[in-house]
Amino acid sequence: MEEIWNALGRALSFGTPLLLASLGAVINERAGVVNLGVEGMMAVGALAGFAVAYGSGAGDGNLYFAVAAAAGAGVLASLLHAFAAITLRANQFVSGLALTMIGLGVAGLLGKRFEGFPLFNQAPEWPFTVGVVLLALGLAFVLAYTRLGLVLRSVGENPAAADALGIDVVRVRYLAVAFGGALAGLAGAFLSLAYRPSWTDGMTVGLGWIAVALVIFVGWSPLRAIGGAVFFGLLYYLQFRLQGQSGIPTEFFAAMPYLLVIVVLALAGLRRVQGAAPEALGQPYQRGER
Amino acid sequence: MASTILQLSGITKRFPGVVANDRVDLELKEGEVLALLGENGAGKSTLVSILYGLYRPDEGEIRIEGQPVQIASPAHALRLGIGLVPQHPLLVGRHTVAENLALGVGRFWFPAQRMVPLIEQLARSYGLEVDPHARVHQLSPGEKQRIEILRALLRGARVLILDEPTSVLTPLEAEALFRVMRELRSAGKSLIFISHKLDEVLAIADRVSVLRRGKVVGELPVAEATKPRLAELMVGRSVSFERKRAEPRLGPALLEVRGLQARSSRGLPALRDVSFSLRQGEVLGVAGVAGNGQSELVEVLSGLRRAEAGTLSLEGKPLVPDPARLFEMGVAHIPEDRIRMGTVPPMPVSENLALREYRKPPLARGFFRDLAAYEQRAKAQVQQYAIATPSPSTPTRLLSGGNIQKVILARELAGSARLILAVHPTYGLDVGATEQVHQILLEKTYQGAGVLLVSEDLDEILALADRVAVLYQGRLQGPFEVGSLTREEIGLLMTGSSLPTGQGGAA
Amino acid sequence: MRLVPDPNPPRLRVLWVSLGAIAVALLIAGAVFAAYGLSPLEAYRTMLQGTLTDWKGLSEVLRRTIPLLLVGAGLTLAFRAQFFNIGAEGQLLMGAIAGGGVALFLPLPPLLSLPAMFLAGVLLGGAWALLAAWLRSRLGVNEILSTLMLNYVAQYVLIYLINGPWKGQNVRGFLYSDEFAPYEQLPTLPGTLVHWPTLLLGVVLALALQVLLTRTTLGYELRVVGENPGAARYAGISVPRVVLVMAIITGGLAGLAGVGEVAGIHHRLLEPAQISLGYGFTAVIVAWLARGNPALVLVTAPLMGIILAGGDLLKISLNMPFRVIDVFSGVMLLCLIASEIFVRNRVRWGRR
Repeated sequence: MEEIWNALGRALSFGTPLLLASLGAVINERAGVVNLGVEGMMAVGALAGFAVAYGSGAGDGNLYFAVAAAAGAGVLASLLHAFAAITLRANQFVSGLALTMIGLGVAGLLGKRFEGFPLFNQAPEWPFTVGVVLLALGLAFVLAYTRLGLVLRSVGENPAAADALGIDVVRVRYLAVAFGGALAGLAGAFLSLAYRPSWTDGMTVGLGWIAVALVIFVGWSPLRAIGGAVFFGLLYYLQFRLQGQSGIPTEFFAAMPYLLVIVVLALAGLRRVQGAAPEALGQPYQRGER
Repeated sequence: MASTILQLSGITKRFPGVVANDRVDLELKEGEVLALLGENGAGKSTLVSILYGLYRPDEGEIRIEGQPVQIASPAHALRLGIGLVPQHPLLVGRHTVAENLALGVGRFWFPAQRMVPLIEQLARSYGLEVDPHARVHQLSPGEKQRIEILRALLRGARVLILDEPTSVLTPLEAEALFRVMRELRSAGKSLIFISHKLDEVLAIADRVSVLRRGKVVGELPVAEATKPRLAELMVGRSVSFERKRAEPRLGPALLEVRGLQARSSRGLPALRDVSFSLRQGEVLGVAGVAGNGQSELVEVLSGLRRAEAGTLSLEGKPLVPDPARLFEMGVAHIPEDRIRMGTVPPMPVSENLALREYRKPPLARGFFRDLAAYEQRAKAQVQQYAIATPSPSTPTRLLSGGNIQKVILARELAGSARLILAVHPTYGLDVGATEQVHQILLEKTYQGAGVLLVSEDLDEILALADRVAVLYQGRLQGPFEVGSLTREEIGLLMTGSSLPTGQGGAA
Repeated sequence: MRLVPDPNPPRLRVLWVSLGAIAVALLIAGAVFAAYGLSPLEAYRTMLQGTLTDWKGLSEVLRRTIPLLLVGAGLTLAFRAQFFNIGAEGQLLMGAIAGGGVALFLPLPPLLSLPAMFLAGVLLGGAWALLAAWLRSRLGVNEILSTLMLNYVAQYVLIYLINGPWKGQNVRGFLYSDEFAPYEQLPTLPGTLVHWPTLLLGVVLALALQVLLTRTTLGYELRVVGENPGAARYAGISVPRVVLVMAIITGGLAGLAGVGEVAGIHHRLLEPAQISLGYGFTAVIVAWLARGNPALVLVTAPLMGIILAGGDLLKISLNMPFRVIDVFSGVMLLCLIASEIFVRNRVRWGRR
């Protein structure tokens, strides 16, 4: 019994950054914008959070500021994507990919001086976990039952219709992408402040990609994202449990998340989840000249 | 005398190389229906776009109740009391009716839920029945149109512009729309009814303005208008309403379809036990409201969709689900969507003309393409079909709709076409191009080819076809000899009603 | 400022916009260097001096150009077919694995060894891309995500092999395989790491692909499928077949490049980051710059070769982290795709 509780606890802890990042992606995808830059935004957020919390190195950095800095860094990174994909109507998939490279690259360069230092004032995990579950519930409600949600969903389904009714499609999409960036930044902060209080290059270990795949797997639903995140959290837990005990090579476990993403996408394809995608997902919007 | 609510004076809008609206004057009074009549390309859409804030006029003035206004956007137009019921509804298909109507005006908490009583009340008072909880993509075109009307009314529109509203409706649904329009008129709303169908204009409008080549060429009360008069104004010359078809010389059976069943892409039954035959030299019209199985029928016949059951044969040989082999057997396909299916817009005319025969000599020499042969062949076809293009190497996306259609015709009819599947072959074309396309098709029938003409335009079917069949929910009624049915009877069949016995009769 | 759509952009504008995008990218990357604490001028000076001013530098550029040429030419084909293959990195590694496997374990007459290695590389690289193409055709799996994920998988397959069953006899703690036999190694230009047979192969294949694209029926089908899959279906072209053939070519060329790297430079299998400096990603930029023309890769590949060789210098002589290449590639890619709008539209100043 204790074993199960322990497993569930670890699953929730692994699942927290996943849920954070994928909730953000759910929101920007519901507004019609794909952002494959989650991994990069997480890296930037993790570094920003760590840098602020690190302060002078004596554990004197303010953790609240650190969390805010992480979210802010995520937003800044996401605006790069927003500008390319929304204003300049560039290919959203490639733009997001470029953002991941930029995010990982910039964080790797600027974070070099923090590499290997421990964080003395580490943050607790539970506020993130509790907060993100509440957030998922709140987002589900907002999407279904408020004007905000209605506007967001309409922009993702049929931007021309929303535009004709006086809704500023570009602004809504910018805000949604920024929200996605903030949550990805927070996911990074969870990693560098609470989960493994330190900074190492590549500490996001592909979680961002899994978050992107998770969005498709849960059919763009914040509620189902909770279940999806716990499920993946459990897989991660099992991976760590089995790694030491079995004769299976460690490389197999390291490759596992990436294989899982493919499996998840293939499963989603089998179940025809793609049909639930917002109608205008991935398409830039340009006011129609008739 | 009712007061003037909307006045346009001297509206001019130019696009590179064309004056779309040329000093247009228009006046709309309270409580009247003004018909705006004109052909495709006459400038109606541009005028609507100006009124709805999508374009700014280069010159001229718009006054609402005497006040000059600059309409900046559709949302602004709505605030000024101008509502548009677009030809293709601008709705979110996956949302409910209430959600669609709450968009942009609903309260913060529970916007859609609070909208329901409002919708029901408004729907009752104008006879616009619609279920607020239904998902929009499950609704018929007529119901979607009602949502658009409701939306304009909910926002307090006093002027309603209906852009070709009957083009997606069955005659019966059109009648219902006219009832709503009369209801609105007596409630003091002003309506602009855009159409190119003379009968409808005469049936519903109070006044008619006729547009031709961007100019208002006539304005008259409907009481003084007659069909020939309006047609002459619209086209600029007197128009015959006679059939274009010369007496056909029918040969033996060409296409035999027996017990055909097929499913739509969404997996629903789309064709149910369809049987008919088509003879050499014959034009068979298939009428019906879009979405009743026409697309699936053409897709099966052209090899793009598998039949679930039934037998198909062309001159005794069975049809296989393979577009390339079918083309070799003589099945030509003029598809519904010229841009997404019929051509590859960024590729040059010469390569678009090769789409059917690029595998065979002289275009191919083994694995390689003979570019000289492409050029030569394209030049010949451009001349034969009078395709207006700067050169064979011009991308087709730079051509006009009529010329793109001629590229498709040239390509499809180049082989020995026996069966021609023509889907909305003149949709969106001007009179000249329509005439040419019709002539080309008829010419082929005189040489012994059979044409399956799918069109939503009953006039086109009545002008060209020898027999007409109607598709409704995947079932085929007919075919009937064209002379044996009235327009009204065909309209009834399009709504799924059956004819009283003794009339029409299968031919 | 407003944009006016231009359906037929003049070629010169394409050139100017591309150059402009590269300039903006260099500015942004410079800002990142400044934030890192390195003067951008210093960084670019190091890069240029070390690459273009002497034969040693030039030969380094040429060495980087070889894989970019092969992979980039293959990618132009993929992009023409609207298949966004971001997984050339993985396909290259799989090619290296296949070539290395043949070299290490398949006893062949010396004359047949190298051809067999190249063939194996082409096949496995092609198969790796084919997997993604198949997933897209059958299950609608987005190929950007799948090819990207397969990159990581390929990396771990390689690490597993050189850390386990293929680990060399006398390498102690290092992650190496054994060295290839001399006849399994490619000749190089004297004093350099330029394995010229692969270079020659790259030039020939880039030109061959150009002919394939413009002069053959397969190329015609590929362009139709890429520009308008609906029209392809309508004309009876099998879209899945064309995409699968294209995937084999694009993945195969990446695999070929992988064999070239291990047989020409390293002469053994070693860690992924040592075999490829992110050639797969950089080649995306090479192909994008070439605008889908395989022959133009002959120009754009050396251009990016300068960036890669220069980035390598920053790593070595200025001790910067390896992520510096990611910054370059990411910023350049972003600027290039964002500049696309200025190719497809004319800029007009003033209000409408």
